[in-house]
Formats: sequence, C-alpha cells, structure tokens
Amino acid sequence: MMNAQIKRSLLAIGALLAMTLPAAADRIYVSNEKDHTVSVIDAETMEVVRSIQVGLRPRAITLSKDYRHLIVAASDSDQVEVYDIATENLVRILPSGDDPEQFALHPNNKWLYVANEDDALATVVDVQSGEVVAEINVGVEPEGVAVSHDGALAVITSETTNMVHWIDTSAQALVANTLVDQRPRDAAFTRDDTALWVTSEIGGTVAVMDVATRETTHTIGFDIPGVSPDLIQPVGIKLTDDDRWAFVALGPANHVAVIDRETLRPVRYIQAGRRVWHLAFNADQSMIYSTNGLSGDVTAIDVAAQRAVKTVKVGRFPWGAAVLPAARIPRGE
Amino acid sequence: MTPRMLTATALTALTLLAAPIARTPAWAETLRVRIDYLAQTLPPQRVLSRLMERPRNEGLAGARLGIADNATTGGFLGHDYVLTDHVAAPEEDLAALAAPLVAAPGRIVVLNLPADAVDMILALPGADDDLFLNAGAIDDRLRGADCAVNLLHTAPSRRMLADALMQFLVLRRWDRLMLVQGPRPQDAVWADALRDGAARYGLRIDHERAWLEDADLRRNATQEVPVLTQARAYDAVLVADEDRDFGQFLEFNTWLPRPVLGSAGLRSTGFAPVLEQWGALQLHARFAEDTGRAMDAGDYATWLAVRAVGEAVTRTGDSSAAGVRAYLLGDAFALAGFKGRPQSFRGWNGQMRQPIPLVHAEAVVAMPPLAGFLHPQTELDTLGVDAPASECPNPPGVAP
Repeated sequence: MMNAQIKRSLLAIGALLAMTLPAAADRIYVSNEKDHTVSVIDAETMEVVRSIQVGLRPRAITLSKDYRHLIVAASDSDQVEVYDIATENLVRILPSGDDPEQFALHPNNKWLYVANEDDALATVVDVQSGEVVAEINVGVEPEGVAVSHDGALAVITSETTNMVHWIDTSAQALVANTLVDQRPRDAAFTRDDTALWVTSEIGGTVAVMDVATRETTHTIGFDIPGVSPDLIQPVGIKLTDDDRWAFVALGPANHVAVIDRETLRPVRYIQAGRRVWHLAFNADQSMIYSTNGLSGDVTAIDVAAQRAVKTVKVGRFPWGAAVLPAARIPRGE
Repeated sequence: MTPRMLTATALTALTLLAAPIARTPAWAETLRVRIDYLAQTLPPQRVLSRLMERPRNEGLAGARLGIADNATTGGFLGHDYVLTDHVAAPEEDLAALAAPLVAAPGRIVVLNLPADAVDMILALPGADDDLFLNAGAIDDRLRGADCAVNLLHTAPSRRMLADALMQFLVLRRWDRLMLVQGPRPQDAVWADALRDGAARYGLRIDHERAWLEDADLRRNATQEVPVLTQARAYDAVLVADEDRDFGQFLEFNTWLPRPVLGSAGLRSTGFAPVLEQWGALQLHARFAEDTGRAMDAGDYATWLAVRAVGEAVTRTGDSSAAGVRAYLLGDAFALAGFKGRPQSFRGWNGQMRQPIPLVHAEAVVAMPPLAGFLHPQTELDTLGVDAPASECPNPPGVAP
C-alpha cells in the first residue's frame, strides 16, 4: 500500500521532470516485413512520426554500438543495409549472404553475425569495412543469433535442426552444438555471460543453458488460462541487466510472459497485439516494446509495472525493433 | 497429460541427450540411417484441365528434401542419412519389387501408394518387423478396421479433410448444402466422408447431384452447371471430385450464387503452395531450389514422414525400426511442420495430428482446428477419428 503510494509519487515527480526536460524522446525503429519500410516512433507520444523506405522484407534491426547507424536485414534483397541515423539515408550495403533474417552485433562494433535462413549458413560481416570475415555452416534454417557481452561467443539457433550452434568468435568456428526443443527462435546471454536463454517456438518452452557446459539446466513452460497450450509459442526474448526478469514474446498466444529469474517461473502474462514476435528495451530498460505481426502494431510495456501502456499501429507485419536513446539523437533535429 | 506436459518430459530426456553432444567435438562413429521410399507411378490421369495434372516426381521430391534436412542435422551428430527409392512403373509388378525390401529385417519404409497397395505390402512376408509410414493413402479404413501396429500415417485422412471443411461451414453458418458427386470410385468414398461430416456437425445436405462425365466443361459449363445445380435454396455446394477433373467448373456457374467447397473452390488439404505463414515460405523456398515448384500436399506428406524419422534418430541416436517407432509414438515426439502447431502421432490409429489448411488457388482462407471447436486434450484432435470412436483393432500406440 505504502509502496504503491511512494511509487505513484515518484512517477508523478518523474512525469514533472520529463516535462521540464528538452522535448527529445527515445526513438523506436520498427522493421515492417511486408511493407519494406521502417517505422519511426516517438517513444514519448507513441506516435509514428515517419517511415523510411528500405530494402525488401526487412526483418532483423539493430543500432550500432555508437548509435550512429541503423542496421537492417533486407531478407528478400539478400543484403544488410546500413542507414545513417542523422540523415536516415542508406550509406552502406553489406554482403550478407542469401536471405539474411536475424543478426547480432559483436561488442567490437564490427562483426555482425548474420543467420542466412535459406542456406544453413551463418555469415560474419565486418560492418565497417563491408568485408565478409567468415562463413560458418550451421543447421537448417538458422534463426536466432546472440553474441555474449564479453564478445567471446556467438550462438546461432537452427529452426529445423533444433540446435544451438556455439561459435568461438576468436576463431570464427563452431565449437559445439546442443540440441534443444523444437524450432529454437531466439537466444539471449545473461549480463555476466554465464547463462544462455533460448526460446523454442513449437516446443513451447524456454531453455536456460549453462554456458560453461553448454547443457540445458532448466526448462521453463508456460500456461495461460483460456489459451490452447499448443498456441503458446515463445519467440523473442530479452533479459534485464539486473538479473531479475526475462521477457518472452509468446507469438500467437498474443501475450508477453514475464519470468522471475530467481524462481525461473513465469509470474505474469501481459496482453499485447496479435502474434507477438520480437522485443526491444529502451536504454535504461524501464520500457520494453513488442512487435505484433498480425495486428500490425507495437505495444509499449512498462518494465517495473509489468503492464502494457500503449499500442501504436505501424506498417504491415512488424518484425523487430530497436530503440535509440533520446540523448543519442543527433542535435539539430 | 496436456501437450505442454509432454514437452516437459521431452526436455528432461533432451537435457540428458545434449550433454554428450556438447562434449564431443569430433564424432568417433557414424550412425547410418536408411529410409526406403516405395511408390508406384500413377497411370496418366484423365483430367479436363492440364493445370490439374500432378507433377511426376510428387512424393519423391518431398522425401528427398526431408533427407537433405535430416542430413544437415545429422552432420552435427555423426548421423548419415540415406534415402533408397523404389518407384514401380504403372504396369510393373509392385509386389515383386517390394518383396525383397519388406523381407529384409527392420526396414523403415515411406509408402506413397493407394490403400489397396498398402494392404498388399503389409501382408508380404517379413513386414511385421518393418515400420511403414503412409504418406499417400488418405483412406480412413487404413486408420480404422484395416490399421496395423507398424503403420503410421503422415497424410491426413479423408475424415480429417472433411472435418476441417465442416468446421468452416459451421463457422460461416452455411448449413444447408448441395453435394455434387463425381463418377469415379474415390469420389463416392469422399462423398461419404462429406455426408458423415455434415451429419456430425449438424449440417444438412438437402440436395445431391451426380456428375456425368460426358461433357467438355471448358466449353459449356455455363450451359450445363446452372441446370445441374438448380434448387430452391442452399448455402453452399460441396463437390466430391478427388482427381480435380470437373469441380473447378462449378465455381461461378451454380444456379444460385453460392460458394463451392470440397475438391474445388475452397479445398481442405495437408499443404499447399499458398501457405506462407509459420515459416512455410522457407520450406517452399528450399523445396523450389531442387524442383522449381512450390510444395503441395503429396510432397509434404513424404517430407513429414522422412523428417519424423530424422527427429526420432536425432533425439535417441537409435536408427532401428523398433526404436524409431517407439519414439514416434511416445510422449516426447513433436514435429515442427510449418503449420503453426506441434505435430505428433495418435496412439490409437497411428495418424499424425496436424492443422488442415483451407485454401483456394491464391490464399489460405482458414486453418482448422478453428477457434471454438474444443477438445479436452488438444484441439487438433477435433480433426479425424478420436480415441473413443476408433475402430482400429491393433493400435500402434497405447490410447490415452
């Protein structure tokens, strides 16, 4: 009771502070798979301010570590595109291999690990030089990609082979392959890189894996009253840096699950749009945004309150999102 | 047990399995996995429209993609997959071709054959210790009175195809129907499945018409079909025409302006080129690389069969017919079949449970099981014969 009151007061103070600060708000970039565009959302008003024309079937989307570039996988153009944040112009096209779907950027801000969905291949491309650094054979339909925070490991999940492929980034070579449940979609390392969390869409589960042994130590299932169990299909996953929560997009179950990382149990299911696909945090992880493919919208979720705040319509079949912190928006805009 | 609980069990087994894989960077031994494919080329079809002719490599092409998918996974595990195909010519003696294969101990055989040929294969000496996956025959009797403990089915049954249509008719409240039945023997069987389905779902077939095979419908459908389908009232027309000979000519030519469903118009099928969601686009893309065409139901069923075997071997490291059969019928098995829900085998008749897309030529219209058709275990079991109604005397697995 008391706590809630304090929280409300703090929120009110926060709101007042926000009003006194300059108008700039975080900016959310959303890739629209069937529109060949990226929607730009003002996180403060939660309105789409404009859309950027990109290559065909944009899916994975991320920002460079210095926040100067937006990187988009244009799957049907068979290329990865780099946009300048200040001008929103296409400045570089990277050779990504065929059908790039997901990717993850190494902390060195150079190596982009790209899953080539149609080719059972992972391509490592240097985003600065535009050179292909390595090509690594992985399982059928590579999908989820993650790089550890220390940069030592990259992982790729393969949807039809049902494996997590572990790549030593210093050698750019596979070091291990671990079977997981059906159709692994996304992966995320914990902040200290000791554990890897992997979602399995058709298995309906999240595997918590020990990075040292590469074994699954826990398997987390979900149960939403009134939702058929086989429609609970975990896809995107994000872990908070404070080690408290995991957020999991549950696809056609139309909810985002919140997992308590201590008990490893889902504690809340947040209703989002239809077919919740991927998730993105803002810089201080106070908000998380979900892309809802079928309903064509993005839901803003308050991380502390664990509830949906607002939903905004974007383009058709939004796939992924990336958040540019307000402080990093180039001056003069 | 709910499917979700089954998955938890599966994962326990998986965790154990994952350990040696992760620790073994170089694989000492190779496990050879042999899958046989047995089919007979159909005699040339008689259909009015050349667009309805089926590809000559239908079935085999799907099995080959399944093997390629399995082989990629196998490459990481030291599992070497081989597909041995045996395709009889239309006039060839299938029994003679199949006998040595069936006689060999413990074979895993994907069958792309009509129901009568499946009966014949199962009766050959030495069949008892083989595992058969039926990817061709949709006849319910193979899942009912004529079932076998070592026979699984990846092709959906006619009953499943009928149930999917009926769910949609109920959803749309198109409950007064006309049925147009073709003259070929399988049309009668399909028409019966549609009649039974309509009765189960409380729909009324008020009018029945027999199609006569003596007109060139490309020329005079506009004259013939309105007369044939003349009646005071119906909400929709069901057409039983499994070879897809004439059904498409009913569309837009019916006496009343009503939709056509069944073998033409809105069709229920295991898979179709128009499926894009649930990753199906990737499956079509991989398939098209080798064949130059999108995947259809015939190739999907053989792909499923080969992938199911691959999944069993991947999870167990056991490539024997008995080991694969046990895993496929166990609680742990679930296959991602690009239709949005995990697919597994029904213990009571060996049928793979799966969503049934309802499609027309250019789009997916719906994906039964439709919301609102409930089942205590899994909504997928609203499609096809459920355990309590099963007439299979030798169930492949234990009924729940």
